[in-house]
Amino acid sequence: MRKFVWLAPTLYILFLMLPIYWLLNMSFKTTNEILGAFTLWPEHFTLDNYIKIFTDPTWYTGYFNSIIYVVINTSISVTVALPAAYAFSRYRFLGDKHLFFWLLTNRMAPPAVFALPFFQLYSAVGLFDTHFAVALAHTLFNIPLAVWILEGFMSGVPKELDETAYVDGYSFWRFFLRIFIPTIAAGIGVAAFFCFMFSWVELLLAKTLTSVAAKPIAATMTRTASTAGYELGLLAAAGSLTIVPGAFVIYFVRNYIAKGFALGRV
Amino acid sequence: MTNKIAYPKAWLFVLPVVALVAFNALIPLMTVVNYSVQETFGNNVFFWEGVKWFEQVLNSERFHASLLRQLTFTGIILSIEIPLGIAIALTMPARGIWASVCLVLMALPLLIPWNVVGAMWNIFALPEIGLLGQIINGMGIDYNFTQQPIAAWFTTILMDVWHWTSLVVLLAYAGLQSIPDAYYQAAKIDGASGWAVFRYIQLPKMKRVLTIAILLRFMDSFMIYTEPFVLTGGGPGNTTTFLSIDLVKIALGQFDLGPAAAMSLIYFMIVLLLCWVFYTLMMRDEEP
Repeated sequence: MRKFVWLAPTLYILFLMLPIYWLLNMSFKTTNEILGAFTLWPEHFTLDNYIKIFTDPTWYTGYFNSIIYVVINTSISVTVALPAAYAFSRYRFLGDKHLFFWLLTNRMAPPAVFALPFFQLYSAVGLFDTHFAVALAHTLFNIPLAVWILEGFMSGVPKELDETAYVDGYSFWRFFLRIFIPTIAAGIGVAAFFCFMFSWVELLLAKTLTSVAAKPIAATMTRTASTAGYELGLLAAAGSLTIVPGAFVIYFVRNYIAKGFALGRV
Repeated sequence: MTNKIAYPKAWLFVLPVVALVAFNALIPLMTVVNYSVQETFGNNVFFWEGVKWFEQVLNSERFHASLLRQLTFTGIILSIEIPLGIAIALTMPARGIWASVCLVLMALPLLIPWNVVGAMWNIFALPEIGLLGQIINGMGIDYNFTQQPIAAWFTTILMDVWHWTSLVVLLAYAGLQSIPDAYYQAAKIDGASGWAVFRYIQLPKMKRVLTIAILLRFMDSFMIYTEPFVLTGGGPGNTTTFLSIDLVKIALGQFDLGPAAAMSLIYFMIVLLLCWVFYTLMMRDEEP
């Protein structure tokens, strides 16, 4: 019995890989082959779908738009979350517990609730259809998450570190930037990973807040599906490419990923 | 943490976060509250309606139906994903290169944009061109998720299990990693059975992370929109129209702002309330 224990995770991973394989498989087929015959691997192997995406601006700008707003969002979220998380982990102040809980409730707000008011708000302040609008909108759920993760990691750092630094004559900011931030570098990496992840995968708000200039790749895909008929091969290729940044980021944080998912507080 | 210093100026550290989140949360929330108590006939003319929309939503068959579907869906995926995730975490390699390989491969579905997940499962499960559709039909079962409600539910649940079980695995794995080897050695000396090790050592040690897992899975499955929308479009009929899909239909499709806003607030309150109940129940015996 003990011998076959590896079977469970192997079957599970196989189950995870099958739909991804199918997407890749489709992306190397011509539309005719997809609709014409059922084949387990591409019989007329073609790169046309990918060539089209890399040469047609309506496609590749979608990737740039997505990456731009994800990067802006991650930078904003982590930067403002750092001092806040420090305050929550080190100090007592008026309303700290309520404030922390209120932040977390925003992680619980269904994006569908905010879609229409966000559209009106960002139109009113003239940010509609900019990368900045999507980046700001995504801070709604990413800042609470970043504060939560960073607070977990910071609470794991003994307070003696701070006190020793002050005794040694460090000013607060010098201590914070030169000693404290390097100490929790892993936590910052994990928080950035999560901000990246949730901003990259979210579409409802990103689609509502953009029309042309900042349209995310995922929205380009849905719009093509409805207007240009069924170009399944092209859609599959575009979908396959959206997996790449995620895979790339996972590779960088692979050693911290388990701890990171536990939000630093195992 | 009992040894925190009282420091009122710490508010300055929190100010940027509060300002940004307030801009994003309070203004839209007030907009929703405004709409929820008013009637409009266009031209920005509004009339006070009191709690009419709330009564209308709370009494409507349609809302009851979507809420029931939502609760059923969340109940089913929680009862599959949590035990399955724990089982995988217990059986996967604990350390070494294979543990890393498992973690990286398992995390992959979590980083795929949600509509791509929907589109991927759509072409994976279509009866004519999808692998899953071909396999199930090949076994002699008539399966077409675009037409049969049961097949649509089955596909949506399978998709969610595919998408999110890894989150539970990663959390449970992190919890297991925090158990010192000494615990296992002690259990071995006492001659504890595998079940006893799980029940009295591993499960209590995973409690914290499992609480996070259940909360996150509850919240996210309760807000699910994009994946089923792309996969089934809420159909066939209304059979997979969950709360968010219904809300967007009312708000952006029919532009019924009053009822949509009232429904938004009720929806948000339900999420908050259930989260609070879960949290207190699971943390009840945590306090000494």
